[in-house]
Amino acid sequence: MAPPVVKLLSSRWDDPNSHTLDSYRDAGGYVALRKALTSTPTELHDLVKRATLLGRGGAGFPAGIKWGFTPPGKFPRYLVVNGDESEVGTYKDRPLMEREPHQLIEGCIIACYAAGLSQCFLYVRGEMALAQERIAGALNEAYAAGFIGKDILGSNFSVDICLHWGAGAYIVGEETALIESLEGNRGMPRLKPPYFPAAIGLYGQPTIVNNIETLSNLPWLINNGVDAYKQYGSETSPGTRLFAISGHVNRPGIYEVQQGITTFRDLIYDDEFCQGIRGGRELKMFIPGGGSAPWFFPEHVDLPLEARPVGAAGSMLGSGAIVIMDDTVDAVAACLRIVRFFAGESCGKCTPCREGTSWLETILRRILDGQGRPEDIDALMDIGDNISPGPYPAASFEAEGLAAVPFPPKQTTICPLGPSAVAPIVSTVRRFRHEFEAKITRRRSIPVTSLSVGGSPLEAATHA
Amino acid sequence: MARFAPDTLATALEIISRYPVPKSAVIPLCHLAQEQDGWLTPEAMTHIAELVGVESAEVLGTASFYEMLKLEPVGRYLVNICTQLPCMLLGADELLEHAAHTLGIHPGQTTADGVFTLEGAECQAACTEAPCLQVNYRYFHRVTHDEVDQIVADLRATGRTTVPTKSGDTGDIPPHGTLARIRQHIPADTRAGNALPNRNIEPAWLSPPEPAANTTGGS
Repeated sequence: MAPPVVKLLSSRWDDPNSHTLDSYRDAGGYVALRKALTSTPTELHDLVKRATLLGRGGAGFPAGIKWGFTPPGKFPRYLVVNGDESEVGTYKDRPLMEREPHQLIEGCIIACYAAGLSQCFLYVRGEMALAQERIAGALNEAYAAGFIGKDILGSNFSVDICLHWGAGAYIVGEETALIESLEGNRGMPRLKPPYFPAAIGLYGQPTIVNNIETLSNLPWLINNGVDAYKQYGSETSPGTRLFAISGHVNRPGIYEVQQGITTFRDLIYDDEFCQGIRGGRELKMFIPGGGSAPWFFPEHVDLPLEARPVGAAGSMLGSGAIVIMDDTVDAVAACLRIVRFFAGESCGKCTPCREGTSWLETILRRILDGQGRPEDIDALMDIGDNISPGPYPAASFEAEGLAAVPFPPKQTTICPLGPSAVAPIVSTVRRFRHEFEAKITRRRSIPVTSLSVGGSPLEAATHA
Repeated sequence: MARFAPDTLATALEIISRYPVPKSAVIPLCHLAQEQDGWLTPEAMTHIAELVGVESAEVLGTASFYEMLKLEPVGRYLVNICTQLPCMLLGADELLEHAAHTLGIHPGQTTADGVFTLEGAECQAACTEAPCLQVNYRYFHRVTHDEVDQIVADLRATGRTTVPTKSGDTGDIPPHGTLARIRQHIPADTRAGNALPNRNIEPAWLSPPEPAANTTGGS
């Protein structure tokens, strides 16, 4: 039985006018801002820390801690809002921007007040025209009503929000690449350290980069308090989270669920959510946290939606994107599709990623086309090892006696894009090596199956 | 008319004024140029460089990194069909092939009349609504082959389509280059003003021990 559904962020998504100021105010909008301004910034910052508001962009870092990383006495500090949602399978920031732009704006203003951030840049993915229109309209309304700009609600707190938009580059979702892009440059990640732009970010100044969903939580949190927030979810992952479940389920969709206590099984099979695999077929594999995440298999569905156990099991919750694949899916074809993405989106700054991802794609393509060579599987793993050395995170595989390798991967690159391309390869080769071998040795596809076959029965069959 | 026309120039200057450092406006201005011309012309890049105070090669350097900035003309309608995994699982490859057949072009090409450009696209953040496509970045969710044919026929005839988008967008599709039809506009008297870097000024609301908000809050 899945835990009860609680909607803190998405309760008004079905209202066709939810993006307007009137509608938002009717629902209690901007009361949280008024309330926030009666507290000191320090008190608010402390409240966000106590709530353990985890970042919803992928890394899951606590927002309150992140805000505290800005060096004292160095101003101005900036807020950059990451609305460049483009991770494969991820679809939850876009509806928050299109349908609840005022909730997001209110969250941005509160964050600026609490963390002492003097200007906010709201970076929206270029391809999201409607989100840009809705946010532009909402900002214009909020300025006219005195919620943003100079002397907000008669206080001495002043901040501008500048709507900025991208032009199509996945890598810009990486926070230092986002900052480069916002400075008008090619969106290439910056060399670390510093590991957080909180020290040196936009224009060399202290900068906080927060995700859309993270900031959208603030109005509810301020209105209802830490205790109310923490009654949902688990001790270490309080509150709710939006998950987009796509692929071969009966009812794909975005579901807001309590973090930590809901499981993958609840999401995939419960009547409240996806209602099982389409046509009553079998689950073959699933991606638990976006294209960058190592894959899980049927025996992993009882894991809770909580960062620590999922990480220990060899993957990550990432950006709340779950892709379900049934037993009709060709593992090599699915693997190639994700690898193709990272090869295409590599910014080219680091050699192991720029060269490696392209080679991975080339080799996978020829295997799929029936032109594979016997050494190709080893070559895939070797190239992967050059991008991400050592044992790569992977789910357990009991039939083969393989234990889980915990997340995260190591990397020879500046950012995690390169290592992400290795995730589908290690996941599928470890589990469905026989599908790769069949394509190489028999030079054609075999009927795919959800069963995890140990060893290589096809090889045996070929030699029989 | 590849440099900014007077009214577009006014918009460009307003956009630049929202940033503490003018170069930050490069990408929005490239979009503005595409809105004017349908694509990003060399003359527009030169004008942008002049406006933000960099070399035109720097604008080209930035522009050439980004998928949406088109350095060659494209059709009036850019049809992007997502073929990434969640959409692939629900028939995106077949949808792209069907669209190519309908339009009589391969992905990456433009029809001879210059009306349509077709592209296979990566994830568009509509994964639960697969297969999906965008026409000039307006979403169509859970698209069927027949709907593709209808969208193409409608747009060719009238510039808008009655095919339900199922996405919140309308079927009223502006020509390629126009993104948001609503622009941000900050009236001068309500602006807080840009926070310029390297001017080490502590925000007013942090410095006084008693926040002024205490006198107005709680209402």
